[in-house]
Amino acid sequence: MDKSKLLLSTILNSRLLTTGIILFLFVSLFGVVGGWFIDPEMADVGAGYPSQPPSWEHWLGTDQQGRDVLSDLLLGTPQTLKIGLIAAFVGVGIGTIFGFVGGYFGGKIDVLIRLLSDVFMTIPGLLILIVIASLLDIVSTTLLGFVIATFGWMGACRVTRAQVLTMRERAYVQVAKLNGVNDFEIIFKEMLPNLLPFIAASLTGATAGAVLASLGLSALGLGPQNEPSIGLTIYWALHYGALIRELWWWFMPPVVVMILLFLSLFLITAGLDQIANPRLKDKI
Amino acid sequence: MSWDYVIKRFLLFLAVIFVAVTINFIIPRLRDTNPIEERLYQLAAQGGVNVSKIKELTAIYEAKYGLDKSVGEQYLNYWNDIFHLDFGWTIADRTPVINEIMRAVPWTIGLLSVATLIAFVVGTVFGALLAWPKTGNFVKYFVPLLMTLSAIPYYLLGIVFIYLFAINWGVLPTAGAFGFGVKPGWTLEMITSVMWHAIMPAASIVLTSIGFWGLGMRGMMITTMGEDYMKFAEYKGLKDWRVFLSYGVRNAMLPQVTGLAISLGTILAGSVLVEVIFAYPGLGNLLYRAITSNDYFLLQGIILFIIVSLGFSLFLIDLVYPLVDPRINLEGGENG
Repeated sequence: MDKSKLLLSTILNSRLLTTGIILFLFVSLFGVVGGWFIDPEMADVGAGYPSQPPSWEHWLGTDQQGRDVLSDLLLGTPQTLKIGLIAAFVGVGIGTIFGFVGGYFGGKIDVLIRLLSDVFMTIPGLLILIVIASLLDIVSTTLLGFVIATFGWMGACRVTRAQVLTMRERAYVQVAKLNGVNDFEIIFKEMLPNLLPFIAASLTGATAGAVLASLGLSALGLGPQNEPSIGLTIYWALHYGALIRELWWWFMPPVVVMILLFLSLFLITAGLDQIANPRLKDKI
Repeated sequence: MSWDYVIKRFLLFLAVIFVAVTINFIIPRLRDTNPIEERLYQLAAQGGVNVSKIKELTAIYEAKYGLDKSVGEQYLNYWNDIFHLDFGWTIADRTPVINEIMRAVPWTIGLLSVATLIAFVVGTVFGALLAWPKTGNFVKYFVPLLMTLSAIPYYLLGIVFIYLFAINWGVLPTAGAFGFGVKPGWTLEMITSVMWHAIMPAASIVLTSIGFWGLGMRGMMITTMGEDYMKFAEYKGLKDWRVFLSYGVRNAMLPQVTGLAISLGTILAGSVLVEVIFAYPGLGNLLYRAITSNDYFLLQGIILFIIVSLGFSLFLIDLVYPLVDPRINLEGGENG
C-alpha cells in the first residue's frame, strides 16, 4: 500500500477524526459556499425592518439594526475561521521552529527557548491580548490573527522539542549523521515527517484556542469592528440586550455555529492524538 | 528538594513578572494618543470639565502621574509603585485601584473555587467509575455528552442558560451576585440570595469542565488498573469498593490533584467572560468596566495583579509538588 492510501485508511479508521473532519467541513462550507448565495448588502445596517423574527424573506430574522442574521452569519463565519487559521499556522509554525532549534541543538539556545515558553505559558494570554487590544486599535481580522499567534506557539514548541529530543538519539538519525548528512536535511527529511501528526494536532488545538481568544476579545468589544465576525455578532447581541428582549434568532445561531466548530476541532484533536499515541486508542 | 530547583523556579517566577510588567509598561506608550487627554475629553462630553483648559489640565495630571519624566525614569517609578502594591488611582472615580481590586477578588475566588471543586469531585468520581470494569454500562453513555460539553466554551453555555432559565422560564436570576433589595452581610437572606445567583454561572463552569477532569481521571485509572498491586488486592479477596477506592482511585488521583492545584492557582484569570455575561461583580467584570470606560490604570492594575498572583501560586505549587510526589523529576523538564 502506498503512503497516501495508508494515510487515508488511517484517517477513515478513526471514527473521532472522520466525524470531526466532516463537522469542520460542514461549518466551513456553511460559511464559504453559503456566502455565494446571499447578497452581501443583506448584512448591512437597514437591510430589513429591525428585530424581526424569522420569516420567508429573512430565514433567521433581523437584528436590532435590520441586518439579516443569516447573511451576517454567513459572512462572519469565514472571518472567524480566518482569524483562527492565521493564528494557528503562524503560532504553530513559530512553535515548531523553536522546538526544533531547542531540541536539536540544545545548549544555551535551548535554555533560552524553554525559559521563554515557560514564561509565556504562565502569563494568561487572553489578559495580555486584552491589554494590547484595548490600547492599540486592532482594525482587521488578519491583524487580530497575527496578534493572537504571539500567544499560540508554546504548545507546539513543547511537543516538538520533546519529540526531537527522543528522535535525536534514534538509530536512523544517528546513521544519517554518521553518513555526513547535514543538520538541515536530517531535520526536514528524517524528523519532520514523523512529527506531522503532532503538528497537525497542535494546529487544530491552536485553531480552537485562537477562535476562542478572538471570540473573547470581540465579545468584550475589543475585536475589529468593521468586518463581520461571529464574535462581533455576539458582541452586538449582548450589547443591545438581545437576551432580555428574547430575540433568540439573533444570539442563538452564532452560539450554535461556534459550538459546532469547537466540537469539530475537539474531535479532530482527539482523533489525531489517537493516531500519534496509539496507546490511547482504547481509552477514548 | 535541591536548592538548585528552588532557585530555578524562583527565577522563572521573576521572569514572568518582569515580562508582564514590561509589556504592561510598553504597550500604552506605543499609542499616539494621550489617554489622560482622551479621558478628559470624554468627561467634557458628559459636561464635567471645562473644555478650553484641557491642555493645561492634561499637563497637571501628567505631572501628577509622573508622565512628564523621561521614559527610563517612568519605568523605574513603575517598578517602585508595583513593589508597594500601588497600582495608581482609577481615572473614573479616583479611588485607589488596589481597593477596587480587593473588593472584587472575593467574589471571583468564591464563585470559581466552589465551581472548580464541584467539577473536580464529580468529574474525578465519574472518570474513575468509567474505567472500573464493574460499573454498569449506562455510565458509558455519558462519555459522548461529557466530551461534547468539554469542547464548549463556558460563556457560550452561559448565554444559552441565561436565555432558557432566566428569561424564557424565569426560574433563576439573570445577573448579579445577590438580589436588589438584599442588604449585604452575614444574614440568611443574603447567603441564600448569593447562592441562588451563583447557580447559573457556577453550573456553566461545572458542566463544561467535568469532561476535562473525567477524561483525565479515566486515563490515569486505566493505567492504574493494569498494575500488579491491583490484581494482588483483588486476589487477596478485598471487597470491591476497597480495591476501587484505596488501591485504584488513590493511586490514580495524583495528577488530578496537581491539576486541581493549578486550576485553583489560576482561578483569577479564568473567569473574565463568564463574569461579564452574568454581570457577576468579580475581577472579570471589573476588567470589563475598565475596558468600557477607558480606565487604563484600573485595567493595567487588574492585569498585573492577576499575573503576579498567578505566577506566585504556580511557584508555590512547583515547590510543594516534589514533596507530594517523590517520583517527580527535580530537574523540572519533561526530558531534563
